[in-house]
Amino acid sequence: MNSNNRIKHQHSRVDLTKPLNFSFNGKSYIGYQGDTLASALLANGVKVMARSFKYGRPRGIVGAWAEEPNCLVQIDVGAKTTPDLKATQVELYEGLVAGRTSGWPSLAFDLKSIGGHFSRFMPAGFYYKTFKWPAQFWPLYEHIIRRAAGYGSSPIEADVETYDHKHHHTDVLVVGGGATGLLAALLAGRSGASVILLDDQSELGGYLLSSPNTTIGGKSAIEWRDNVITELQSLPNVQMLTRTTAFGLHDMNMIQAVELLQDHLPHNQRKPAQRRERLHRIRASKVVLATGAFERPLVFGHNDVPGVMTVSAIATYFNRYGVACGQHALILTSNDGAYQAVADLAAGGLQVTLADVRTEINPAWDARFKQLGIDVYLGFGISEVFGKTTVTGARLSKLNPTNAMQEMLAQGVKLRVINQIDVACDIVASSGGLSPTVHLFCHDGGRPTWSDESLAFVVSANSRANAGIYCVGAVTGVFGLQAGLEKAVETTNEMLNSLGKNSTASKLNLTTNEIARSPAQAIYRIPTNKKAFVDFQNDVAVTDIELAVRENFKSIEHIKRYTALGFGTDQGKLSNVNGFAISAEFLGKTIPQVGTTTYRPAYTPVSFGALAGAHVNDTFEPRRYTAMQPSHEKYEAEFETVGNWMRPWYFPKTSENMHSEDMHAAVNRECLAARNSVAMLDASTLGKIDIQGRDVREFLNRVYSNAWSQLAPGKCRYGLMLNEAGMVMDDGVTACITDTHFLMTTTTGGAANVLNWLEKWHQTEWPELEVYMTSVTDHWATAALVGPKSREVLAKLCNDIDLSPINLSPDAFKFMDWRDGTVAGVPARIFRISFSGELAYEINVDASYGNYVWEELMQAGASFDITPYGTETMHVLRAEKGFIIVGQETDGSVTPLDLDMAWAVSLKKPFSFIGKRSLARSDTVRTDRKQLVGLLTEDPTIVLKEGAQIINSSNILPPVPMFGHVTSSYYSAFLGRSIALALVTDGLKRRDDPANNTIYAWAEGKAVKATIVSPVFVDAEGARHNV
Amino acid sequence: MFVINCPHCQEAREEEEFHYEGEAFIARPANPEAETDDAWGDYLFMKKNPKGWHWEMWNHATGCRKILVAKRNTANHAIAGSWTLSEARKVYDKEQYDAEQATK
Repeated sequence: MNSNNRIKHQHSRVDLTKPLNFSFNGKSYIGYQGDTLASALLANGVKVMARSFKYGRPRGIVGAWAEEPNCLVQIDVGAKTTPDLKATQVELYEGLVAGRTSGWPSLAFDLKSIGGHFSRFMPAGFYYKTFKWPAQFWPLYEHIIRRAAGYGSSPIEADVETYDHKHHHTDVLVVGGGATGLLAALLAGRSGASVILLDDQSELGGYLLSSPNTTIGGKSAIEWRDNVITELQSLPNVQMLTRTTAFGLHDMNMIQAVELLQDHLPHNQRKPAQRRERLHRIRASKVVLATGAFERPLVFGHNDVPGVMTVSAIATYFNRYGVACGQHALILTSNDGAYQAVADLAAGGLQVTLADVRTEINPAWDARFKQLGIDVYLGFGISEVFGKTTVTGARLSKLNPTNAMQEMLAQGVKLRVINQIDVACDIVASSGGLSPTVHLFCHDGGRPTWSDESLAFVVSANSRANAGIYCVGAVTGVFGLQAGLEKAVETTNEMLNSLGKNSTASKLNLTTNEIARSPAQAIYRIPTNKKAFVDFQNDVAVTDIELAVRENFKSIEHIKRYTALGFGTDQGKLSNVNGFAISAEFLGKTIPQVGTTTYRPAYTPVSFGALAGAHVNDTFEPRRYTAMQPSHEKYEAEFETVGNWMRPWYFPKTSENMHSEDMHAAVNRECLAARNSVAMLDASTLGKIDIQGRDVREFLNRVYSNAWSQLAPGKCRYGLMLNEAGMVMDDGVTACITDTHFLMTTTTGGAANVLNWLEKWHQTEWPELEVYMTSVTDHWATAALVGPKSREVLAKLCNDIDLSPINLSPDAFKFMDWRDGTVAGVPARIFRISFSGELAYEINVDASYGNYVWEELMQAGASFDITPYGTETMHVLRAEKGFIIVGQETDGSVTPLDLDMAWAVSLKKPFSFIGKRSLARSDTVRTDRKQLVGLLTEDPTIVLKEGAQIINSSNILPPVPMFGHVTSSYYSAFLGRSIALALVTDGLKRRDDPANNTIYAWAEGKAVKATIVSPVFVDAEGARHNV
Repeated sequence: MFVINCPHCQEAREEEEFHYEGEAFIARPANPEAETDDAWGDYLFMKKNPKGWHWEMWNHATGCRKILVAKRNTANHAIAGSWTLSEARKVYDKEQYDAEQATK
């Protein structure tokens, strides 16, 4: 295909000597280095690039940058595919593959366009109103609607690219590299301040690149720009980042910006080691927002036909990219800002017709337009654009001669069209003025204000100076270049002053060739009886807003949500202000009375990759391994994650025919080994806190519900930790090492929280207690040797007379004792404690020796067929004994009394321990609370579902009163039947009442009959561990 | 995403280093058993939760692990200052006293 719209333009940024092949929708085209996908497609004469969201209408390019609502494209394929990029922001490279994201089944024929013919039946709220019934069909409706609505597809494969974050601290951050941003950066750079200048485009310069006939200080705008950039480059204190979009301004001037590092390069030039995107997190003393403005189109009939664009977009494609979007341009404006573009296009050889809604024109411009042979229609608007897939012409309608549309409406006068002129053209461009890019200013609470002079929501240059935020250029509503530069000098000087820096602005010549501007006219839509779109991306027409107002939506936030105005990937950059103004018209209010919707980060879409940066996989959530990991891998453990720990879950045995046990078989075998012989668990992950100091006993008395005053060195005790509301928050065994030294263990998942909790109480309430705490979780490796044969196994490794033999005899080393000594020659602390109800020893050694000692124990136990076991067996063993797991049997609403653990609560301690008072509150003393009980199913083979609801009858016709839930449920190989633990309302009383101890556990449509029993299923008298 | 000055470290550090520890200066009753259920419930659950200036505790969790007090505006995240617990108490008490005097 030939580049029929490409022109040679002396200021074009496109290098016509470097052609690039690319494809769109499967067709091949040629563009040039410096093109965007949009400019290259326009140069190739491609008009229809998308189908609209709701009606499936053909759509083309409207804008030239982030404001583009229509042309969302899917770039690249496979794992690197990116959906919904704006074609206007995609830099062209050799081999680029782009596809449509809308148009189903195809761009040429969109099913929804049939709906478009009936669009008067698809007003705002259509989907809400139509697809509401029957409710169960919504998933089907949604599937079809979403497919038809289009938008791109996310990649299915894992992202193969990498991302990172960079943190900056700077004196001055300038956001926006247009004329005023460059100027502010230059002045700040010259003052010696550290400066970062960001711009989202590939080149600095902003609209100067689209306006080469402008001069500053006697030089062309491009030359002025080049000189400024050269000087900035020479300053070591200035950093410039292009392709970098500041998308959020947060508290205390934290700006987040995402830099595209190599998406603009052909694949064979991308470095595999290079990140794809970089998130810059910039903490700036002063922020200068030079974010500029987007041109706002006027709203008129059939203004969505491909070929209808904004004036600035047409000027940008023409001047910057050397692309004439057509041969004959009809330009409609309400302000002088569009005039330079009109003159540029005509001087460049296009036939140009100008319609201005105003009745008067600045004589200087009038003379120039006459000289250029431009037809000028004053007091006209476009009522209707002709054409279906491309513009063929438009109808100009004379507006009311007074032109005071607002006044007339206020008086209740209907605007009448006086006469009409049809103009043949192949492009239509309109300008309704500029809408400042106030987004960043508003992200952390700033609000824009309406300016009647600028006809825009603007932000003040220095109203947030005390927060260090300054604004220059078009964002402040100063739209003229001359005024903008002068005001920017003033504001930048004020900013530099506050930093204690000096300005060098007096050395600059900032005189421009700009012709003084006449006032613009406040007009947002041209009266028409044709469909006139406000928001292209969401297919919101003027009539939709009218309908929303008629249906009594009054707040602009509600009108937005009902009509979808300003949603989507462009977030209404083009449409919002027109939407506010048109809403104001129908509401009979002024625009400032209606106000704006809320501007929130992100300004433009940001990839998840950039936000995650390097924090993926192990660097996002590190996996922690115990010292025994090599051994666990050797014995082919299956792992589960507990906290961040990788804990062996169970150890499936592989038989000779390579058949691997399933979990149930493995767990049954492991459980029986622990009960009948000997088995071993890696308990290293339990939190361990070393607590020392004069007042440790008193401290423990205060933070645990049980008493610690009498615990002698060499002894251990189980402790329950409550929160101040009396609810169980953690548990564990604490050992008294000496009178001033204790070792506390916590649950695996609660370790960090418990340490914080203890620190907080110590620091805030009891600083007078001398207590020092430190986490030693990682310093000790713990092997729990469990089972009737454990003593015999351990004895083999504790008998070295030359070291420190440990007397393991039952009289010398009792249950709940701990002893120092050596195990396999390694210094160890052995705790005779049991989470299984069996004779058991927890052997703690320096973590470096963990795997060695584990292997020694395995060897010593070989003759007893010692069996390593994981967390699943640990759970079964403890459930057989009715031992709780905090977080499983408890959920933050369970007291020790609910757990029938009054034995772990000492009400005699003099100090009112944390949670004690709450145990006496009217609600916690109720005897009919949910209480921990055991459940035995009538059918011993049925294992209840954990989480099953406890109900009183098998009749499950609603309403069904619920009395609690199953917290733990397992098959016990030792008992040869299923067991369960549950929290049941009034459970302790019901347990002992044979007439009332039957319940049903309901889950997944089934109610299973069970009896409430004691939660201790094995060895209630404790004979097994007391040996 | 604000910055908190840690009075213990004497450094202004990013919020992500800190862990929120709730409203400051909620004194634990000296004799909990003497409190009525209502009064104890208030101590447990009734927080000021203002829109505006708020005295609150932060734990410099990935730094010195000490607790500090900041006076922060919950509406706009401005921070008027941050102190050690004991220094903050003095500032807070004076502020309360001045406010009382002003209303007299």
